[in-house]
Amino acid sequence: MRTDDTDASTTKPSKRHQRAAMLAEAASGGLKTILIKIVLLGIVDAIALYALFILFLQQQWLIFGLVAAVTLVVNWIYFTPGKLPAKYLTPGVIFLVVFQVFVVGYTAYIGFTNYSTGHNSDKAQAISALMSSAQERVPDSPTYAVSVLDQFGTLSFLVTDPDGEVSLGSADTPLSPVNNATIDGGEGVGLTGYTTLSFQDILSRTTEITALTVPFSDDPNDGALRTNDGSSAYLYLSSLVYDEQADTMTDTASGTVFSDTGNGAFISAAGEEILPGWRINVGFDNFARAFTEEGIRTPLISVTLWTITFATLSVATTFFLGLFLAIVFNDMRMKGRKFYRVAMILPYAFPAFLSALVWAGMLSESFGFVNQVLLGGAEIPWLTNEWLAKISVLVVNLWLGFPYMFLVCTGALQSIPAELEEAATVDGAKPWAVFRLIKLPLLLVSVAPLLIASFAYNFNNFNLIYMLTGGGPRDAAADVNVGATDILISMVYKVAFTGQARDYGLASAFSIIIFVLVAVISVVAFRKTKALEELNR
Amino acid sequence: MTSVDGVTRVIPLKRPFNIRRWFARTGWRHLVGIVMVVFSGFPLLYVLSASLNPQGTLTGSNALFSRVGFEAYARMLNSPDAPFAQWFGNTILIAGTTSILTVFLGALAAYSFSRMRFIGRRAGLLTLVLVQMFPQLLAVVALFLVMSTIGDLFPAIGLNTQIGLIMVYLGGALGVNTYLMYGFFNTIPASIDEAAKIDGASHARIFFTIILRLVAPILAVVGLLSFIATTNDFVVASVLLIDPDKQTLAVGLYRLVSNPNYADWSAFSAGAVLAALPVMALFLYLQKYIVGGLTAGSDK
Repeated sequence: MRTDDTDASTTKPSKRHQRAAMLAEAASGGLKTILIKIVLLGIVDAIALYALFILFLQQQWLIFGLVAAVTLVVNWIYFTPGKLPAKYLTPGVIFLVVFQVFVVGYTAYIGFTNYSTGHNSDKAQAISALMSSAQERVPDSPTYAVSVLDQFGTLSFLVTDPDGEVSLGSADTPLSPVNNATIDGGEGVGLTGYTTLSFQDILSRTTEITALTVPFSDDPNDGALRTNDGSSAYLYLSSLVYDEQADTMTDTASGTVFSDTGNGAFISAAGEEILPGWRINVGFDNFARAFTEEGIRTPLISVTLWTITFATLSVATTFFLGLFLAIVFNDMRMKGRKFYRVAMILPYAFPAFLSALVWAGMLSESFGFVNQVLLGGAEIPWLTNEWLAKISVLVVNLWLGFPYMFLVCTGALQSIPAELEEAATVDGAKPWAVFRLIKLPLLLVSVAPLLIASFAYNFNNFNLIYMLTGGGPRDAAADVNVGATDILISMVYKVAFTGQARDYGLASAFSIIIFVLVAVISVVAFRKTKALEELNR
Repeated sequence: MTSVDGVTRVIPLKRPFNIRRWFARTGWRHLVGIVMVVFSGFPLLYVLSASLNPQGTLTGSNALFSRVGFEAYARMLNSPDAPFAQWFGNTILIAGTTSILTVFLGALAAYSFSRMRFIGRRAGLLTLVLVQMFPQLLAVVALFLVMSTIGDLFPAIGLNTQIGLIMVYLGGALGVNTYLMYGFFNTIPASIDEAAKIDGASHARIFFTIILRLVAPILAVVGLLSFIATTNDFVVASVLLIDPDKQTLAVGLYRLVSNPNYADWSAFSAGAVLAALPVMALFLYLQKYIVGGLTAGSDK
């Protein structure tokens, strides 16, 4: 690594020098450069202004402030002379901060919430979702004539009540009277700025239309309008009643009272929970679950151990095979080395995600090539037996990874001066001793950082695991969806994005555990390699 | 071997060919080579054979090259539920844009780290080393939630958009790439910049017209590595792109054969061959540079 200042220009230039440099720069920058700069910044500012406008309308003040601040800083950096490093670094740093640094911090935050299926909005949204899901048609509801209107893909109802009053509402905005609607036969049928859906349109968007509930007023207890046919709507009232003062939900049918006990959902005295709930901070609950609940702790421990084993064994097997091959093919007397070399790089050139899928087909228990042809019809559960699956994963990763190690080791071996070997041979050393005592230590010094990188890569080798075995075979005793070959990152993915219940909070807590593990391992590893380098001196 | 010393000329007799000696010296190496060629080449041969098999099933693909036809390719390209051509185009578009912008952002940063001296330079370089320890896929849950929030405010760049995905990938632009480039930039003598500066060239002019041309090899390597990494990414792409016709090859082909026993294996193989060919061709063509780039970190 080279992080120290090596150039001669470290001395700070004097004021006069700076001014001279600025003058020279201003003189050399042509009109074209200035024009390009102004156009580019103009585009950036136009986008920023548009974004600020939208954020203003949505009343997202925090994001508004951040976007405004960043835009000002960017303009200041590029419109004032000097600050060259900032001019070159800003574009990359903005992306880095938002999509790398911020998301890591956000992961940490989510790890302390109950964010999951059923807990993914705020309380107000949860209340309106609950009320609309428990809606039932009011038996003596009057018939409201409706026209379904479309504006930029959002559907609205244009409602004419039995008294002839016309009003407009959509899923998000309660009904409010309009007076400029087109009236036909005493019913509102159109409104400027909106498209009225034809009968054909209504048929093709039936599911969307029947699912639409338009609140009758601001008070959710007033009910909502729904339609089954796109022409007449009825009042629906929720069987749940929300009491704002007491902060409770009451089921009018059974009389059960559900109250907010601070767990992110309404819970009855008997402990019954009604979902959806809302997002709250749960402190260390996710971590506590991960470390104390038997159904999560056991798989978490076994997955962590397997992740470390898998990464270590992957590096070891690929490195030793690669090294062995590098030694074998590093003999000048051998013919056709180029051919072998190209043939052995092929697995590395083949896109990795495809390799795993192809191997999954070849190792298929009852139809795959390995069982059917190579083993004459044996039904060996390569991917579905716990231990065989682990071995298969390692073998496939050996196939994927040895070419890289072969290339790296060949390069490292060739850079070791031949005199060393000659001198040792003259001194009477046997070839094995030459290799073990001279070549291997030298090789390790140059290859060690790459071995660490390879370890880090395999630690998170999601593609291989997920596409070859899907993490399976599944561990039936576990409460989370994990299997014998799952590594930490595939477990995070499965907990967060597969299955019925997506638990973002728990998955983020697992992610944080990975962060800590990766940090500890890399600190230790880099200390070790420093020690290795010092040995060499 | 002949040695000439003016007076006498000694010509050693050519030793007769001895199979044992040959085997001990280089013959066994060929044996290892053949084993490795079979091991590394076979799965690829198998895909090629399966792709040429007009029958669809996994079992049908076991008899290698028993039938040869291009029906599977036609099926793959015309399949209504697997818009392969669309995926292919998406992948090229997303990976291409990402790699070009990654190279650009990385080169800007590497130039400033290599040629300028400023407060925080050392800390910046160290941060880049640290950041590359934590790949983006670890924060995939947060990425998903952030992008869905952005999507609520700005549907054009949020969840389920390719621009959004490219922006996320650009978050990883500074990192290992910048480090690779930084090392290479340092090998270009600073006297070249100075000469240009004396001749009146501005910093932007020096960067765009002189430096970028001199470091072209490393730009190609970083671009290709970024292209391959983006093509291979499944986690982020599968989470951020929802509509089938917006997805990339990695996500689409995975969904196609998530259960290989029941999938149209030949069509998948045909897709795999089509997807792999350009990448492999480029890779083998630029092999020398890539290997150089991969090992650049080691021989410092």
